[in-house]
Amino acid sequence: MRDEADLIAAEDVLLFVNAAITSTGQREFHSQGGGQGLSLDFLHHYLLGNYRDLYAASLALDVNDHNAALIIQNLLCTSREAKDPRAEGRLIARKLETLPPQRVYRLFRRLRRARVNNRRTRAIMRDWLAGRPDPAFDAVKYRGGLKDAVRHIHLSLDRELGTFLFTPHRGGRYSAPLMNAWVRAHFAQEAIYELPYTVAEGFAAKHGVKRSAFLGRIEPRLTRLERLRLQGSGGEAVRADLTAMPLTRLASYVLSLGLDERARRHDELVEALRAAARRCAGGLAGSWGAVSAVLDDSFSAYGSAQKRRRPLAVALACHYLLEALASRYTPLWLSGRRDPLMVRPYGATPLGERILDALETAPERLVIVSDGWENSPPGLAGEVLRVWRTRLDPARACAIVHLNPVYDAAAFDVRRLSPTVPTAGIRDAENLVALVELAGFAEGRTGLAELRAHLDRRVADFLGEKT
Amino acid sequence: MNGIALKGLTTRPAQAWGGVRLVPLVRDSPIEDLRLDPRIYSAYGVVDVGVRMTYSTYIPHGFVATWTSDGSPAATYGTQLRAPGTPERPPAHMPLRFHHRMARRTDKNRLRFLPLHLALEGYLTLHFGGPEIMWEEWSHRAVRQGLSPRVEEAYSGAAITGLEEALRVFEIHHGQCGVLVYVADALAAAFVVPHPADYRVLHTTLVNDLYGELIYHYGVLSPPVPDFHARLDDTRIRSLADLRSQAREQQEAWARFHDRLMAGALLDGVYTSGTVYDLGPYRLSRLLPSFERRRENHLAETITDSSGTLAYLKTFRLSENQVRRGHLLSTLAAADWHLADTATALGITLPALVHRIESAGFASLLRQDVRDRYRNPAPETAAHRP
Repeated sequence: MRDEADLIAAEDVLLFVNAAITSTGQREFHSQGGGQGLSLDFLHHYLLGNYRDLYAASLALDVNDHNAALIIQNLLCTSREAKDPRAEGRLIARKLETLPPQRVYRLFRRLRRARVNNRRTRAIMRDWLAGRPDPAFDAVKYRGGLKDAVRHIHLSLDRELGTFLFTPHRGGRYSAPLMNAWVRAHFAQEAIYELPYTVAEGFAAKHGVKRSAFLGRIEPRLTRLERLRLQGSGGEAVRADLTAMPLTRLASYVLSLGLDERARRHDELVEALRAAARRCAGGLAGSWGAVSAVLDDSFSAYGSAQKRRRPLAVALACHYLLEALASRYTPLWLSGRRDPLMVRPYGATPLGERILDALETAPERLVIVSDGWENSPPGLAGEVLRVWRTRLDPARACAIVHLNPVYDAAAFDVRRLSPTVPTAGIRDAENLVALVELAGFAEGRTGLAELRAHLDRRVADFLGEKT
Repeated sequence: MNGIALKGLTTRPAQAWGGVRLVPLVRDSPIEDLRLDPRIYSAYGVVDVGVRMTYSTYIPHGFVATWTSDGSPAATYGTQLRAPGTPERPPAHMPLRFHHRMARRTDKNRLRFLPLHLALEGYLTLHFGGPEIMWEEWSHRAVRQGLSPRVEEAYSGAAITGLEEALRVFEIHHGQCGVLVYVADALAAAFVVPHPADYRVLHTTLVNDLYGELIYHYGVLSPPVPDFHARLDDTRIRSLADLRSQAREQQEAWARFHDRLMAGALLDGVYTSGTVYDLGPYRLSRLLPSFERRRENHLAETITDSSGTLAYLKTFRLSENQVRRGHLLSTLAAADWHLADTATALGITLPALVHRIESAGFASLLRQDVRDRYRNPAPETAAHRP
């Protein structure tokens, strides 16, 4: 009885982790945003009520930012029920350090709206704000968010920052040049180029500065991701060094380009993707032996208008990462395309056939990246994998793992291909190595004890590493 | 040729979504010398379709676009087939007058199907011309105008529960040239075009298409239909090659099952065909079903080439009431619209036949005095009504 409860608990936790890695509450190809949100919310509350410690520990895994913020919010809302508030607090504080600041400020706002103002929340917010490297920068770039947070926890600021936030134009001169620039930007066009891009953009509109002229001069202030976002619309002024970009984002960018442009800049893009993948693989490069991958570029890899081409971008990023990890690598796209750079989401999903092709290459490791909606014919992949596991390779000479970038709201999990093959959710290809390890737990035979040990190790790593 | 055969097309595994099942048909080699009219492409913003002089073109029935030179919207009337290099003369069309609100939408030069009632009326008048011999019982109007205007009811695809979503999430195969639409596993429509590019353009228009009342009700009432999952017999598998051959068998078994059982009524049905137009190797025909009651009856337009390869197919499934009316009309037509002969053919009395014509909604076809004459002796209809 005890064992069974353990198994169920382990299953529940993995279910939640899969959901928290993949779902962002946004629309997917097969399900609406509302359904995703509802389904996700249920899982959060289910975990929070039944396995609070494991729920908090999942912050140490690669859950996406949306879910990390939700977890923190839920934990803080129910502070009183915490059994080990210290451990929770450490996890939350550590996670907040890694979240992008705009997400944290949005979380603080949500806490304010939910009227969560317990002592722990105040302490956590205070400590996070105290840990910000440059308060003046936050006061300019995240002005609204900072103001709300300060109001919410009744934080006493130093005189200058308080004046700047609440009565900015009565302060005279500030000691921080950025604050002065912000005040001057209200009437002097020159001053806007000293501000962060997002703030300056508003002022540029106010002063009626031409977009091209504005971008040309604000260019040194762009962050790495802002620069990547502006590649399409920004023109020549904001050319970026693509090799420095994170892998999955870069893949998304590449897929946003038309086929003509991809063909024209072929070598440059491939080189950038390879460089990003090498950086990701790090010391593990070349250590995975013979790897085959089945990569989904069927029409459903388009994702949705909100998550445009995300599943395909994940598959493309996985392709380059696996190429770096493997010593012999065979990629198999569902469409049969040879050049990964020219993939586009089109066609049906003959997953079973492609898995057969992949197994014929006799790999040590088979990685399947797909949303699991197989239709040509449905269920063949599961059957092929089942027969392969039970009849042809009972010794498990070939390690098979299925990575799924899409959360299936109706099933409260990512869609699985077969019970004999572990499935893990994936959001960023960068986490592939950790996810493959985690997927090992999803085979259904590892109990809660092992999972707990794994989580403890991950938590210890997470708390130990300092940015 | 009396019948429909999916020659040149291969059935691929169905994709089910909710109560709707879509079965893709893939062409091994696309037909290059018969293509959708370039004006339809340009209405969708696709311009580059090659040189127009090299292929014949077709325009499906009921497409609304600015066919005429004065720029007003018009709908094609019956599927059109034209030779390569035909000068830009407008196809046979019906001008449309829209209400204020609709007119605004046509400004965008967007292409779509005809408003529902017009399209179906068009279909029926195309298939039934009305009395050919002027027996005295028929009214002048019936002789002059035939069955027009005939109003039949149908539902737009947008009203069919789940169809729009099923079409959205459907993954079009490489080389796909057609689809069979099943609602609650009842065949609702079949659609085949010559070339995959044409199919890509027209795939989404299936939601603007017409479906009978039966399909609408099935859509509302149907629970989600299950997928036909592949099953492999693992006791017979010793190697990867065995696994592969079994997987292929699955594929073939599905195609056989589908063509024989699911689409059986469409493919085995007996049709009366009328050739509308011959163009080079292509023949455009309109097919009328047997109007046999309590079985599937599909109206169809087909284009086939000389070897019998199906280039174009569009069907409309009649509802039970429409089948009854069609049965009546076809019996009338078979008896050269002679009332007494028809009554004999149907095995009923003359007053009962007149009553049936009236209740089928064709009252205005008969002269008033004829109707009055047969009304006074109480018609013994109840026993004979189907």
